[in-house]
Amino acid sequence: MSSRPIFGRLPSRRGILAAGVALGSAGRLLPARAALAAETVTFEGLYKSFGVLGLEFSDRIVALKDRAVRIEGYMAPPLKPESDFFVLTREPLAICPFCQSDADWPLDIVVVYLRGVSPLVSAGSRVAVSGRLELGSFTDGKTGFVSQLRVVDAAYGTA
Amino acid sequence: MSRKLLSVCFLTLAATSALHAQTIYPLDRAEILAGSRFDLKVEFPGSPRQEDVTVTVNGAAPADVLGGPVAFVEKEDGSDRSALWIRGGSIPRPGTYKVEASAGGRSRTVSWEVFGTPERRAKNVILFIGDGLSVAHRTAARILSKGMKEGRYGGELAIDDMPAMALISTSGTDSIVTDSANAMSAYTTGHKTCVNALGVYCALNKNTLEHPKVETIGELAKRHPGGPMAVGVVTNTEIEDATPAGIVSHTRRRSDYNDIVEMFWAVKPDVIMGGGSVNFLPKSTLGSKRVDDQNFVAKFGEAGYRFAPTATAMKAAAADPSTTKLLGLFNTGNVDGALDLKFLKKGTVDKFPDQPDVAEETRAALDILSRSPTGFVLMVESGRIDKYSHSLDPERAIYDTIMLDNAVKAAKDFAGDRNDTLIMVVGDHAHPVSVVGTYDDDRPGDKLRDKLGVYAEAGFPNYEAPGPEGYPPSVDVSRRIAFVFGAYPDFCDSGKPYLAGENVPAVPVPGKRNVYAANERNCSGPMAVRREGNLGFDVSQGVHAADDVVLTATGPGSELFRGRMDNTRVFRIMATALGLAAAKKE
Repeated sequence: MSSRPIFGRLPSRRGILAAGVALGSAGRLLPARAALAAETVTFEGLYKSFGVLGLEFSDRIVALKDRAVRIEGYMAPPLKPESDFFVLTREPLAICPFCQSDADWPLDIVVVYLRGVSPLVSAGSRVAVSGRLELGSFTDGKTGFVSQLRVVDAAYGTA
Repeated sequence: MSRKLLSVCFLTLAATSALHAQTIYPLDRAEILAGSRFDLKVEFPGSPRQEDVTVTVNGAAPADVLGGPVAFVEKEDGSDRSALWIRGGSIPRPGTYKVEASAGGRSRTVSWEVFGTPERRAKNVILFIGDGLSVAHRTAARILSKGMKEGRYGGELAIDDMPAMALISTSGTDSIVTDSANAMSAYTTGHKTCVNALGVYCALNKNTLEHPKVETIGELAKRHPGGPMAVGVVTNTEIEDATPAGIVSHTRRRSDYNDIVEMFWAVKPDVIMGGGSVNFLPKSTLGSKRVDDQNFVAKFGEAGYRFAPTATAMKAAAADPSTTKLLGLFNTGNVDGALDLKFLKKGTVDKFPDQPDVAEETRAALDILSRSPTGFVLMVESGRIDKYSHSLDPERAIYDTIMLDNAVKAAKDFAGDRNDTLIMVVGDHAHPVSVVGTYDDDRPGDKLRDKLGVYAEAGFPNYEAPGPEGYPPSVDVSRRIAFVFGAYPDFCDSGKPYLAGENVPAVPVPGKRNVYAANERNCSGPMAVRREGNLGFDVSQGVHAADDVVLTATGPGSELFRGRMDNTRVFRIMATALGLAAAKKE
């Protein structure tokens, strides 16, 4: 966990980039068929290997690509009270990467793109997210933020 | 007008004029190594034009003293200031230099000391940083590692058993309390700077990479006229973290990890070891944190570096006499600390089961760097002493202090009777920590405070005798060290070691932005007590202290350490031992 002090004046590049992550995917529609049969996935089951030279998705995650999934985790402290995206983490973050320019995200985050702008009042709370699983390197055109695993067209509720 | 009111007026005037005066970087009283490269920057409020400003160095044009060219920027960054720059200047001749800047009837003068160095006395320099290493960490590590009987220790720590010692003050240009970036920058450049900055003065530039730069010891060693020296950077944190980054980096913001990897690439230290592989991988690789397609593992490989992803590979590479360059990246994040690596197997040990400890890294680095005929500069950091102190996790911090001791012992064994290697061991800043007694499960009472023995009732802890590496086989004993923190968020304390993994003292309060409360996972159990935080509600962990830190040293040049010194003097003594100024004569 980061032990770096708060840096109050200069904006966080990572924070700004992360804040813009949802811009490219707002307005996507959730296929009705997928919504009916959401497969539950867990943080523990996302990867089959963690190596110095990279991670590997588990076979099940690869098989669930573009299908409806449900995953529980903790909402990272959001940058704004309302947004169309947030970051889901395995454990509650003891720090707020959005708030601190020098705090960093864990490797196994799930970026959640909501169907529309929603109030995000559950920072630190355990939530359940349902949506379509998207895999692969995605670079946001406007911000350059890179993500590898996303739940898109998503909705969430208290777990 | 009363005297009191008058003095308030004077103070106000002084503050106002300071706000509107020019700022000259390097700042007043800077100590500058003769021949080292640095940026001169003068910031002029009010956006004057170039013809309306005057800057002199000892009465001469700046370019005549520092070399040129001079650049002048009106409305820098679109602001209401102008800036005069000389980038990458240097002053070869030692002496006192007065820099005067004038514009619009206002002027500012600063004085620099440009220092030379005598003939080189040390072939090699090894700087050990215990990140956050404070006196209580040393004391606790000595108690656990050497034991105590009738008030006498059972032996000496390698970090203590050195002829030279000094108190080092760590404050920066902006605050009495520093961070690891600012603190390391003082050691590696000889210039003080501000929190979060590495190898730069903190000017008003918007771009974090555009602040006025000062040269680092890693860069200077590569320019030694006796031939480029080998440079090693070894840590158990992410290699991009502040302390290792300080050897090569110039940024106002220590979290510029991807840029810092490029700075490692620019300087090319011969040995680079630590965690933080994800910022070396192209963005297309799962787990990468880069935002471009550069693959720095591949680039270093093409530049002749052996790559080691494990301890086994590191040892094999070091044992091969043909290895002179090594990139060792052993974890995507921080390398696990000694307590997890060797005993509890928590943290990320299941994912990365073959990580080296800092002592093993040090031995491998020394094997490789000692092949350099021109000597080497090696920085070794035990970086998680600090991180575990932030997380209020005493045992992990203490075990990583013992690990630092093992690494220092390896260096002292290397130096032996050579009398050509300067070794220093120092914290970069302190934590507010103290050993106040013991927690004894057998004391009467059912509250944690009942279990705390102080003065005579503390007695001695009952850790089992340590193994050959100096670690007691278990931290979970019935009478254990009471190691306390002076500044903390809300947290729950059970006076017991955190056997299930690194402590997380506080977590975000659901629904509130940037507000933290005690981690309830620590709040159950018979002895758990709630400690109401004495830090701000937005602080989730322990913090640094402005206390001085202890430096110990041995080898040629170490006799220059004495009394209390500023952290910038560590750089000066290293530069003196290596004859770095003599190196710069043209």
